Amino acid sequence: MGKRVGMEVAIASAEAAALCKFDVASVYPITPQSHVAEHLSDIVADGRVDASFITVESEHSALSSAMGASATGARVVTATSSQGLLFMSEVMPITSAMRLPIVMIIANRAVSGPINIWNDHSDIMPMRDTGWISFFADNGQEVVDMVIQAFKVGEDRRVMLPVNVNMDGFQLTHVVEPIIMPDQEEVDKFLPPYEPFATLHPDKVVSMGTLGMPEFFTEAQKSKNVALVNSKKVILEVWKEWEKQFGRKYEPIQSYRTEDAEIALLTMGSMGETAEIAIDELRKQGVKVGLLKIKLWRPFPFDELKKAVKGIKVLAVTDRACSFGGPGGPVFSEIRSALYDVPKRPKIVNFIIGLGGRDVPMEGFMEMVQKAAKGKLSEPYEFYGVRG
Amino acid sequence: MTEKKGPETWQEINPGCMVFRKGSAADYHTGSWRAKRPLWENEKCIKCGVCYIYCPEGCITEQKDGYFDANMDYCKGCGICAHECWPGAIKMVNEED
Repeated sequence: MGKRVGMEVAIASAEAAALCKFDVASVYPITPQSHVAEHLSDIVADGRVDASFITVESEHSALSSAMGASATGARVVTATSSQGLLFMSEVMPITSAMRLPIVMIIANRAVSGPINIWNDHSDIMPMRDTGWISFFADNGQEVVDMVIQAFKVGEDRRVMLPVNVNMDGFQLTHVVEPIIMPDQEEVDKFLPPYEPFATLHPDKVVSMGTLGMPEFFTEAQKSKNVALVNSKKVILEVWKEWEKQFGRKYEPIQSYRTEDAEIALLTMGSMGETAEIAIDELRKQGVKVGLLKIKLWRPFPFDELKKAVKGIKVLAVTDRACSFGGPGGPVFSEIRSALYDVPKRPKIVNFIIGLGGRDVPMEGFMEMVQKAAKGKLSEPYEFYGVRG
Repeated sequence: MTEKKGPETWQEINPGCMVFRKGSAADYHTGSWRAKRPLWENEKCIKCGVCYIYCPEGCITEQKDGYFDANMDYCKGCGICAHECWPGAIKMVNEED
């Protein structure tokens, strides 16, 4: 039943893809994703998986060739980060529109400038509307589990969509963690071989990536949106199955000590673990505080959010990116919008935190809770810890 | 019976907008874009086929007599054939003329 190993998370994410027996890896290396690219290449070169590794000249080509491979019926993995993800952005909505279940491992990193290689979520946030399913992992174990789950969800005939698994650059990618690596037999039992809806094959005519005239384009977009919305049902199903087989529970929004909580922090990604410690500390002091962690960013878990905030008076949303000149952080803006119609909604405040690798220690989250307690900040959204 | 040209509702859209019918691109008559059309003067034509090779739409074909003509359902009137025809046997004329 799996083996507990100490492994760097980037390496572990590639190992998870290998357990899924990918057919093609098409990856261009970029910090802090490079260890994923290198290790996928090692896995193929060592013959551990019967697969091709495509050495591409750019991220645009990485995703484009990944799509070509996926269209022939291959199980395809790619990975990127920051500028690389932005370079893929032209191809991303086409991947989802063509309903190709590629899995992309993203080592989240700040987008330049100034040039910065460290972690925040400013790379994935602009990709929000590209029609991909988006998972956010808290730790190495979740990265491994989510990569395997991603293939199962994306390839499901009721879904047929690409999935990205977000892991924080450096904070996760370069950290050695104890991880329970599932056995090959376990993964084989969980993940059946990929059976594509259609493949490019000369014997069976199909056109993919067709022209959509104005009289069909709206219908095409609606159909893509419905596919993404409906994928949630399958995601929940797959997570239930995962829990049953592997004993680890996954939910779109994970609540931590929110019973009787009046204030709640909300995080996405690895900072959730630091926030948990801050919650424990504050609970010891008698503060009624809890934590919500979003694991499923797209499709957005509206019902789960409404349920999770019941009884909470103040919700402090943390964002790892800023929508410049907009309403604050992208997560904050979505949460506020999602709760607008809820009569008993909490007051919602926004902290933009941990930009470009800025550390947020436990004390930081404790301070945010104190500041949020009033239900209002001195400004609509706060760049937490900014000097000046 | 005429075959249906495309989906009516979003529910009828195939996953990924895939099209399983052969040659469906031929339904779209790009000739409607044309402002000018090529006109062949066969006296000057040496039957070299350069127009046929260069036509980006692939709509120029060799006729039985060895001369060339374009399918006006698909000719966009780009004028590449006239530009490439070195004996000068093709001239572009206004669609209204």
